[in-house]
Amino acid sequence: MTSTDLTTLNSALTRLTSDESVLRLSETEAEQKSGYQAPTEEGLGERMIMNMGPQHPSTHGVLRLVLEMDGETITRSKPVIGYLHTGMEKTGEELTYLQGATNVTRMDYAAPLFNELVFSLAVEELLGIEVPDRGQWIRMLMSELNRMSSHLLFMATNGMDLGAVGMMLYGWREREEVLRFFEAVTGLRMNHNYIRPGGVAADLPGGWDEELSAILDVIPDRLAEFDLLMTGQPIWRERLQGVGVITAEEALSLGATGPILRSTGFAWDLRRDQPYLKYDQVEFDVIAGSFGDCFDRYAIRLAEIRESMRIVRQIIDKMPEGDYRVQDKKVTPPPRARIDESMEALIHHFKIFTEGFKVPEGEVYVAVESPRGELGCYIVSDGSSKPFRMHIRGPSFVNLQTLPHLMKDSFLADTVAIISSVDPIMGEVDR
Amino acid sequence: MGIVADVQADGLAGLEHNFLTGRVEDLIRWARSHSSWPATFGLACCAIEMMATGGPHYDLARFGMEVFRASPRQADIMIVAGRVSQKMAPVLRQIYDQMMEPKWVISMGVCASSGGMFNNYALVQGVDTIVPVDVYAPGCPPGPETLLQAIVTLHELIESGEIMRRRDVTGAGAGVHLDELQLPTSTALTIGTR
Amino acid sequence: MSDAETPSIDESELAEESVEDVLEEELPQPELLHGVPVSESRGQVVLHPSRDEYVALVSSLRELGYWMCVDLCGVDYLGYGAQRNLPAGVAPERFEVVVGLLNHTDRSRLRLRVQIPESDPQLATLFPLHPSVENPEREVFDMFGIRFDGHPDMSRILMPDEWIGHPLRKDYELGRIPVQFKGASTAR
Ligand code: SF4
Repeated sequence: MTSTDLTTLNSALTRLTSDESVLRLSETEAEQKSGYQAPTEEGLGERMIMNMGPQHPSTHGVLRLVLEMDGETITRSKPVIGYLHTGMEKTGEELTYLQGATNVTRMDYAAPLFNELVFSLAVEELLGIEVPDRGQWIRMLMSELNRMSSHLLFMATNGMDLGAVGMMLYGWREREEVLRFFEAVTGLRMNHNYIRPGGVAADLPGGWDEELSAILDVIPDRLAEFDLLMTGQPIWRERLQGVGVITAEEALSLGATGPILRSTGFAWDLRRDQPYLKYDQVEFDVIAGSFGDCFDRYAIRLAEIRESMRIVRQIIDKMPEGDYRVQDKKVTPPPRARIDESMEALIHHFKIFTEGFKVPEGEVYVAVESPRGELGCYIVSDGSSKPFRMHIRGPSFVNLQTLPHLMKDSFLADTVAIISSVDPIMGEVDR
Repeated sequence: MGIVADVQADGLAGLEHNFLTGRVEDLIRWARSHSSWPATFGLACCAIEMMATGGPHYDLARFGMEVFRASPRQADIMIVAGRVSQKMAPVLRQIYDQMMEPKWVISMGVCASSGGMFNNYALVQGVDTIVPVDVYAPGCPPGPETLLQAIVTLHELIESGEIMRRRDVTGAGAGVHLDELQLPTSTALTIGTR
Repeated sequence: MSDAETPSIDESELAEESVEDVLEEELPQPELLHGVPVSESRGQVVLHPSRDEYVALVSSLRELGYWMCVDLCGVDYLGYGAQRNLPAGVAPERFEVVVGLLNHTDRSRLRLRVQIPESDPQLATLFPLHPSVENPEREVFDMFGIRFDGHPDMSRILMPDEWIGHPLRKDYELGRIPVQFKGASTAR
């Protein structure tokens, strides 16, 4: 971790709260004012208000930006969100804890397993149960693979956004390898509902380790291609280096986590710093940058794919035998085979899926490190079988606040590079 | 080979290989169905699968559709991929209005088709309340295969002209629901062998 | 997950300071940490400042190393059937604003729960201390109708500007509409 102290933090704070990088216009105002702005008495010169999005060319969904431009330079800006607001937190109050994972998995759709994971961890914390070792290792395996697929998706869209259209193809090709494994394990390519309170939905299929080893053999070479295509290219570097710079103090004050915070050299990774699952039993490095620019964020993600592969290799070796979910009658449905034999098992199965299980009252906040940063889940339970309140702290939602500061005084052409390097997933921003 | 022999015999200006006979209407339909460009209208999770369909593994280019147009004015098919919120609905309609006729809409995923599992205050319960939908692709998310089937179905409807007939009659989209395909269920999984 | 490390501050000192006020009112004496009542939930430390203590507390915690405000969300306790886990002396109100603070140096977390009465749903903003709360506070305003005084841009964030009501309040309907299966009847 870099040495940050209160003094530097305070000066960053003064900068952030007083500087004029955020355009504070309501949505309606932004629409009315869009276009040419004559000079004002306050000393602002000729400006242009521009609306970008919500349906816009860069591949990040329905983000809308209101930009104030002076010629080609962005002076102030404001991200406008809510175009994908799905009311998931409200819906989450209507679903039982068992159904809840189906709901949250659709938030961050590039990394669905993390949402399931954090939700399940929070519920388990409230229930006071511990998932058996194998269950925990499977969870870890799946989340690391998901981190890979999410970062590969980033590689594809980041390349695409910057005009390296070929990257779109390469990124998807690699991602497809991982998705095929997901499909074999969970039955779905996305939105798996695989990690559930109490464990995971099913054990790994036979031969999983060989399939994984095959994937792990292919991907490193392909990552080397990425290096060839992008990392070393002068054009690529030109477009990313020194663009969208943020300091550690600013990132901390703005609540940024994940690759944005790490790109500033502040090595904070919940997997290492507040370990959950069995992350204290595997070896990996926390990747940190030094300049806090778009290139660092790109490089961190690329390196994290490699780190994740390293973790996956260790998991393959260390995967313990045993149960993949708790054998607690209150939480776990009976095995499928027993339902055919025993009436009780059938009733039990039926009750769990219709009524759900009751969770002791209380409130708890649990956080995990998703590919985008700290993903948290705050649950308030009133002792019934549905959460009284379920709140997800989406990293993209908070990270998005860095955008105006990253874009200040940069060119319009860099906007897309900067949005892309923040890697927001709108499903998680708007929930 | 006919053409080769023909060219050899008559030269490039020969009649045999320079004329096709048929109705202009058929030709136009054929051309339309094979060069329908989608507008990028990725909204949520389904958009990721839509992009995956454009990726190398599923290769949308086989159907003449790999050019996702960012500008609605250059697009023919709008694939509504994902949940449509109340806030997004007016935008969606505006984009639809900006597209040139003839235009078609595929509603991808249960959220776009009916609100899906989110029956609440925030979502539009079915995009067909805003724009006419021609083909509904079911699934959450529909796999790339399902989307491909929806696209192929739409292409067939365009080529046969049926879609225009339906629209003339009802004034709405064709509203075709995809049937489940009976495919062999267990395909061996091979990874990294290509 | 549950790192309940209590921050290294001399508790006894702080506790003694406020003992007098508490005795005066003859209430059961709540346990104090950083000068405000503290409780524990599943091994996590929860502070319960009043609305007046709130900003000063966050400010002093920031000086103690809680540099990042990770999360801010609201809860509506209308119709909550169970016992609220509040220390003695903290009167339950309908709304609560829950703030998560993170200390990177000793890797600990603190959670603040501030009671907000229904009659006067507002709270001072944390924006001057933690600009990270800009979006979350707007979200709480949008979803619960709790105003944050001094926030630079107190407007709706997720719902359209002209939306009526605050969706996450318990008395706001989910908005479910009955599903009609389209294939079943005549085509529309
Ligand atoms: S149908 Fe499913 S995958 Fe598609 S947008 Fe809705 S929730 Fe996401």
